Amino acid sequence: MMNYLWAGMIILSCVTACMTGRTAELSAAVTDGAGQAVTLCISLAGIMGLWSGVLELMQESGLSKRIASILCPVLRLLFRRAAQDRQTMERIAANVTANLLGVSNAATPIGLQAVDRLYSLYDRKGAPDEVLRFIILNTTSIQLIPTTVAAVRASLGAVQPFDIMPAVWGASIFSVIVGLVAAKLFAGIRPEGTR
Amino acid sequence: MTEILIPVLLAIISTDALLHRVDIMPTLLRGVQTGLQTALHILPTMIAILTAVRMLRASGFIDLAGQALAPLLQQTGIPVDCAALVLLKPLSGSGGLALGQEIMRTCGVDSYAGRVAAVMLGASETSLYTISIYCGHLELKQTRYAIPAALFADLAAFISAAAWVRWLG
Repeated sequence: MMNYLWAGMIILSCVTACMTGRTAELSAAVTDGAGQAVTLCISLAGIMGLWSGVLELMQESGLSKRIASILCPVLRLLFRRAAQDRQTMERIAANVTANLLGVSNAATPIGLQAVDRLYSLYDRKGAPDEVLRFIILNTTSIQLIPTTVAAVRASLGAVQPFDIMPAVWGASIFSVIVGLVAAKLFAGIRPEGTR
Repeated sequence: MTEILIPVLLAIISTDALLHRVDIMPTLLRGVQTGLQTALHILPTMIAILTAVRMLRASGFIDLAGQALAPLLQQTGIPVDCAALVLLKPLSGSGGLALGQEIMRTCGVDSYAGRVAAVMLGASETSLYTISIYCGHLELKQTRYAIPAALFADLAAFISAAAWVRWLG
């Protein structure tokens, strides 16, 4: 998919530039874009490093575990079958906590373990609603501190890089609700096993 | 209010680590190392996507596409400048970030479009990529409604991002 997208973007820009006569700008963009990517990554590296260090502290001190145990009662309502297996529940809670704190590179490995156990509770057959619900929850963002975006804003000289947080929370919560409700509705319309 | 949140959070986490007798510096530095590796890890994608995005913008394509999509976008409240982000973000996280940065840079980081782009990035995940990882891991033969539900959630994030920015500023 990304292959076609990237090649398409390049071809499209060449064709468009020939029609609009902006070929000089186009060739300048080639070198500009690549250089800008490096600048962007360097300006992101600081905050990404720092935040990932802070999260390591939270893991070591047990703070993330305590957050996870607060989340458990809510998650039990979403994952009925998993609630009966302590280890599955623990992993689901750890995955959601990692997502909340914004470490997707830590969230994915735990999430895969969680979904693996969850799928086993269903004898690894078909595509159970509860498994799909967990996957859909992971495709929505439930990040409390949008560090990367704030870092981009800071690098561009935003007055207050973090002041978008309330809007991010609002949009995230709405998106999680829509995702879960949509999953519920679709599951009702077409229950597992029907065509 | 928000400006004090992060420093206070750092103070709370440090105090908690002290109270639980964590060997703070080595632990912190180990995490920083991982974070730096992540930053380096996304650099190749950033170079590829940002080059393509800059080329598309320089050629005038993004402006033309924006004009064509304007009537549709106006009803959702999503700024025309953020249109391409709606399409790219579900596919590629670092690509979305690169495009988002370009929008914030050209429209102004504290402009309406710049802020909506930031909220859109913060409130959504790389849905299609995530689904492919999870379903691939489980070797699911059918994903049933996973993709439409996830895309609905993304759309909800994008449209409400614009609404929240208008509401909260």
